[in-house]
Amino acid sequence: MKRRVTGGSALDRGRAVRFHFDGREMTGCRGDTLASALLANNVRLMGRSFKYHRPRGVLTAGSEEPNALVELKRDGTFHPNIRATLQELHSGLEARVQNCWPSVRHDVMAVNDLFAPFLSAGFYYKTFMWPRAFWERLYEPVIRRAAGLGRLPRAHDESLHERAFAFCDLLVIGSGPTGLMVALTAGRAGADVILAEEDRQMGGRLLSQAGQIDGQGAEDWVQGVLAELTALPNVRLMPRTSIFGTYDGGVFGALERVGQHLAEPGLAPRECYWRITARRAILASGALERPIAHPGNDRPGVMLLSAVASYWHRWAVDPGRVVVFGNNDHALASAQVLADQGMQIAAYIDPREDVAGDTPFPFHSGGEVVATRGRHGLREVTIRVRGRESRIACDTLALSGGWNPTLALTCHHGARPVWDEAIAAFVPRPGMVPGLEAAGAARGRFSIAACLADGVEAAQAALAELGLKAPDMVLPEAEDSAYALRPLWQVKAKGRAWLDFANDVTTKDVTLAAQEGFASVEHMKRYTTQGMAPDQGKSSNMGALAVLADATGGSIPETGTTTFRPPFVPVSIGALGAGAKGAGFRPERRTTSDAQARAMGAPMIEAGLWYRPSYFPQAGDADWRTACNRETGFVRQTVGVCDVSTLGKIAVQGPDAGRFLDFVYTGTMSRLAVGRVRYGLMLREDGHVMDDGTCARLNEHDYLVTTTTAAAGEVMQHLEFVQQAFCRGWQLRLASVTENWAQMAVAGPLAGEVLGHVLGEVPDLPFMGYCPVQIGAVAGRLFRISFSGEKGYELAVPARFGADLFRHLVALAEGLGGGAYGMEALNVLRIEKGFITHAEIDGRVTAFDLGMQGMMSSKKDFIGRAASQRPGLTGPERMQLVGLRPSDPQAGIAAGASLFQPDAPATAAHVEGHVTSACYSPTLGTWLGLALVVNGRARHGARLRLEDGLRGQRCEVSLCDPVFFDPEGGRMRD
Amino acid sequence: MYLPCPCCGWRDMREFTCIGAADYCDRPEADAPPEAWDNYLHLRDNPAGPARDLWYHAPCGTWLEVARDTVTHAVTGSTAVEEAG
Amino acid sequence: MQFSGFRILKEGLAGNRGWKPHWRKPDPKPDYDMLIIGGGGHGLATAYYLAKNHGLTNIAVLEKGYLGGGNIGRNTTIVRANYFLPGNSEFYSHSLKLWEGLEDELNYNVMHSQRGLINLFHSDGQRDAFARRGNAMLAQGDDAILLDREGVRAILPYLDFEQARFPIYGGLYHKRGGTARHDAVAWGYARGADQRGVDLIENCEVTGISVESGRVTGVSTTRGEIRARKVGIVTAGRTSQVAAMAGLRLPIESHILQAFVTEGLKPCIDHVISFGMGHFYISQSDKGGLVFGGDLDFYPSYAARGNLPGVEQVMEAGMALMPMIGRAKVLRSWGGIMDMTPDGSPIIDRTPIEGLYLDAGWCYGGFKAVPASGWCMAHLMATDQPHPVARRYRLDRFATGHLLDEEGKGSQHNLH
Repeated sequence: MKRRVTGGSALDRGRAVRFHFDGREMTGCRGDTLASALLANNVRLMGRSFKYHRPRGVLTAGSEEPNALVELKRDGTFHPNIRATLQELHSGLEARVQNCWPSVRHDVMAVNDLFAPFLSAGFYYKTFMWPRAFWERLYEPVIRRAAGLGRLPRAHDESLHERAFAFCDLLVIGSGPTGLMVALTAGRAGADVILAEEDRQMGGRLLSQAGQIDGQGAEDWVQGVLAELTALPNVRLMPRTSIFGTYDGGVFGALERVGQHLAEPGLAPRECYWRITARRAILASGALERPIAHPGNDRPGVMLLSAVASYWHRWAVDPGRVVVFGNNDHALASAQVLADQGMQIAAYIDPREDVAGDTPFPFHSGGEVVATRGRHGLREVTIRVRGRESRIACDTLALSGGWNPTLALTCHHGARPVWDEAIAAFVPRPGMVPGLEAAGAARGRFSIAACLADGVEAAQAALAELGLKAPDMVLPEAEDSAYALRPLWQVKAKGRAWLDFANDVTTKDVTLAAQEGFASVEHMKRYTTQGMAPDQGKSSNMGALAVLADATGGSIPETGTTTFRPPFVPVSIGALGAGAKGAGFRPERRTTSDAQARAMGAPMIEAGLWYRPSYFPQAGDADWRTACNRETGFVRQTVGVCDVSTLGKIAVQGPDAGRFLDFVYTGTMSRLAVGRVRYGLMLREDGHVMDDGTCARLNEHDYLVTTTTAAAGEVMQHLEFVQQAFCRGWQLRLASVTENWAQMAVAGPLAGEVLGHVLGEVPDLPFMGYCPVQIGAVAGRLFRISFSGEKGYELAVPARFGADLFRHLVALAEGLGGGAYGMEALNVLRIEKGFITHAEIDGRVTAFDLGMQGMMSSKKDFIGRAASQRPGLTGPERMQLVGLRPSDPQAGIAAGASLFQPDAPATAAHVEGHVTSACYSPTLGTWLGLALVVNGRARHGARLRLEDGLRGQRCEVSLCDPVFFDPEGGRMRD
Repeated sequence: MYLPCPCCGWRDMREFTCIGAADYCDRPEADAPPEAWDNYLHLRDNPAGPARDLWYHAPCGTWLEVARDTVTHAVTGSTAVEEAG
Repeated sequence: MQFSGFRILKEGLAGNRGWKPHWRKPDPKPDYDMLIIGGGGHGLATAYYLAKNHGLTNIAVLEKGYLGGGNIGRNTTIVRANYFLPGNSEFYSHSLKLWEGLEDELNYNVMHSQRGLINLFHSDGQRDAFARRGNAMLAQGDDAILLDREGVRAILPYLDFEQARFPIYGGLYHKRGGTARHDAVAWGYARGADQRGVDLIENCEVTGISVESGRVTGVSTTRGEIRARKVGIVTAGRTSQVAAMAGLRLPIESHILQAFVTEGLKPCIDHVISFGMGHFYISQSDKGGLVFGGDLDFYPSYAARGNLPGVEQVMEAGMALMPMIGRAKVLRSWGGIMDMTPDGSPIIDRTPIEGLYLDAGWCYGGFKAVPASGWCMAHLMATDQPHPVARRYRLDRFATGHLLDEEGKGSQHNLH
């Protein structure tokens, strides 16, 4: 630990922490960040830059860090682009540098730096165009490998993440002097306060500077305030929490680092993503110091003055011999304080001619830094004072180009800040985000005293809006010095001067962009990529804008403003998408027979959110088709049982229920007799088929509508809309009862026998009949309906009896030579009968296309009627539903194949239609398909060529009626 | 974003589904000319500023017309579709 | 000035002092043959092809802000030709062919990268729908391969094949699909149009459209009155407002689409991938950022920003599909304003006002369409006849029912 002085307010000096950086073991202290520990270990080289692979060290001490991004080992693998400035040290921490090979000291790609004249802004738009095929094969792979920063391991991210909601009266963003006073004022007033601070410790800049507040050391004052806030039950302190975005309705996105700083996080999540809803919010995020663009300003050892002070004060890092290059009073004062505390200030350089100071170090007014030296770290700077150059040996160059209020969050709703000439920076306007106001340094009030006062005022204003009485506050005494500066955006001298360190954008790039016509700030950013790196331009936007203004001859406010979009700090996808891995992505819906089906060995497949059995395998089955054929046979020859509970069920009740159903179905339901069921089509208002299903009249004012599994939610929403928008005052109620009833299909010639066992006596129900039934003490419902074309029933019982009913029915069916059937057999059975599903009703078909135009009543209005009469929705050019049989019964066909005239080329202009569903029919001993074919109904008997280029299938098929089996329907009726 | 459900009060937008402009409530008469239906189903004022749009609050089944500004996203009120018109 | 590697060497050696503006900054003339309102990708491409294909150069593009500042500058950069409905199929096929020669055509590296697009499916039903799509693509003369689960795994081994809530059944692989550098497309067309004499006028907002006796005569702008015989509205995101200046009410509703980019990463995703069970698509830019997006925020909006529920849905889908990206950090998000039509397909057509043309309604698929949209809009404005590959993009198709509804969702604007 070569570079530590005594003290360090953030450190627990007694607790050494061992860690690894790039394979080397090092020791830091508890309380260190990775960056402070590395500096203390005399490591200045922490990475390589994006484009030129220049050696880079840490520039800042916060989340705005552009250079010191490393890969961090966590959960067994390395996480890319971790800010060393934010990552807290813990024992066993392992980090490594990124974007270099073979090592950070000797990086082959640093050769790019030699070719910099040819790699200027936008060079890639002008070359790599020939030969054309080389882009994907050569140029792009080389560019991609050179670009990027950290590596993303391909293993699944196994980190734990959480999401949470929080609500408060007042959200305070930042815990510096302003934020603490806001929280104190509002806390004393009894408001529910959340105080969010990005750092581990509350206090903001008060932690990084000496000085007195209220007659005590600033840190002691902070501790006193925190003690009071902690004791207030209505104040919640959230350290390690970055507010990353402002959204509508007072919603803020926040990211809390929960376990990332712990050696053994246990079950603590790495991060927690918070959605905070605040009635009011105050942005007390302070300000960020800006660097100065001078030649060679990117070397390791060049840092912001405020960062040098932070590392010194909080982490006791000795920066060695320091040259300070500042253009403002704050920088000068800061240098003096640091010198008083023992820092070796080798010189203070200020471009202003008219400042002087009685300083214990050499003071060069009217001076600029024009060059730096040191291959892997700064050794020396060259300064120019009134035209004369001289060199100063040093270890650290501390830059202070003035301060930018940290106003990003106020810009997230699209409003633009205004230029404040006095501080040469943009400041937020009031009301840029409803309910959010900036205070203190975030709106350009820089002295501690001004921040304290502004915090109280902002809190008072917010409390008034919240209807709370503000307490009387006595303002603590504090530093109230003026802040004067002369803007210095770039030092004009030979050599490259960096604006955007992270993306390697220099002042020359910005000037070149302007020269090439990219003179609007948005064009310049896009052309140079300035501001698009991981630091989001926090340290470069202002400088780049100023250099652009200089190049185009305009003032800064004329040239543009800085813009910010969420997130304020990068947020991991794992946090924002917490909980969605694997089964967490969507809820699982299971039928009451689910466990039984699984116990029978059925592979379960997803049907929307539901799971349904695909088939029920038996020992000796060659493949799934064996099972499918067997189950199809159950239904055609004996009896099969299938759980159909996933179909949507909607109760429609009330005196106007029939009238309502007449309006939503194409057909007439009001004249259905009690105890009867009717097949129905619902259209969307645009005239296309929405869904099909049955409608049963259970009682005079009590109907039960069924929907397909897929459309259950959509139909319910639709019916609610129609009722509320167009049937005002009708006496009618709707309720989804899908989950209330378990419903089992019992189908096949022996279906009646199975039911006889269950019900004792089978009611004499006609086809499409309904009656209530009693199964022991359980009241059930029996429908005689069929989706298989066989004599069939559906028996419904309250859901809690579903599992038992299924087990019982399957056992009975098995006793008769049948058994359970799954989705595969169900599909075969319905195709054999030409029954449609959403494979046919794909949202583009009309009742006319399906041959169901006869179901559209001409005697009444119904949803979709008017639009279905548009000329484009009927006619011979429409694709219509037909059946398909291959000429060779064993020629397998698959849904998705295209259909052509036998001799027509297989080109788009000649497509006649496509296969919507297909199966092998064990009943008929042939492959069958349903298809939509142009003018298909008029072409039964025609032969077409089926082409399935994707799967290499081609065969001859003939068109026919879609009902292949028992077209008269006798089997299900009799 | 929060929306005022006439039945449940201010609720998180995650509970709602929006289907677009409130024009869908103004269904033409059954025998209206095709232009009226085209107007109803397809054509929109699509204002940049104050607008009324249609939302469904799934937890209670209420359809509501929300008065909202499409530029600022400010929500100024809502009416149950059942009560509107 | 011709761009080339040689030129870069020469200029580099000379201190890069010889580079010139990529396009002029002319003041508007009082009179043009044609005006294009909107200096985005579609507008610039229209101007370029009017000049290139039809020799019409007395034209101006009027842009209220800076060129390429709308959706062309903010999108997920996907280029593909994988539509299946007649009308869309031939149009996007044509567009992809234009993309394939765009660098040569414009002498501008738009970085069109045919890295391959894979649409995943997660059920038999989705597979059948993609099979239909793939066969339609083959019939159109484009490429498509149906991958099974193992085929997908061989190409994209990092997807969740073990624990996924909706297992991956396979994918439709469109090898000629890929990405391009969005800004460069706008700039390349701008430079090409400018070189052929088109005036590109920035910071020039159209405030009125003059119509006399049913015929357009010019526009009012913040930079004065400009007369023209023909005017094209190519202003995605503001189409309804601009059309309203001519008294038109359109089948368009504006919605917000959010998209996201992560911090730069070394190459990890080499294709364009779309998830079949949540709306999610992703690719990696040449700079290393993962670029991805999902569905609309669903409420009508011109705010160019979205809300957290939309963010969460996209991130959740990403985590469900490829859990490796949990470690990547979102760097920027943005919201674009999408012209949503009632069938999800665009409009390139004349309007009831003579001399006024409309290119609009690209929903959120407009980027890949830029070359063909410009090509066909130029054809329409120059000849008054629809181009054969865009003949179904009629304004009156909603009234007549000749719809192009790839999603099958019907006349609700935000469902496409």
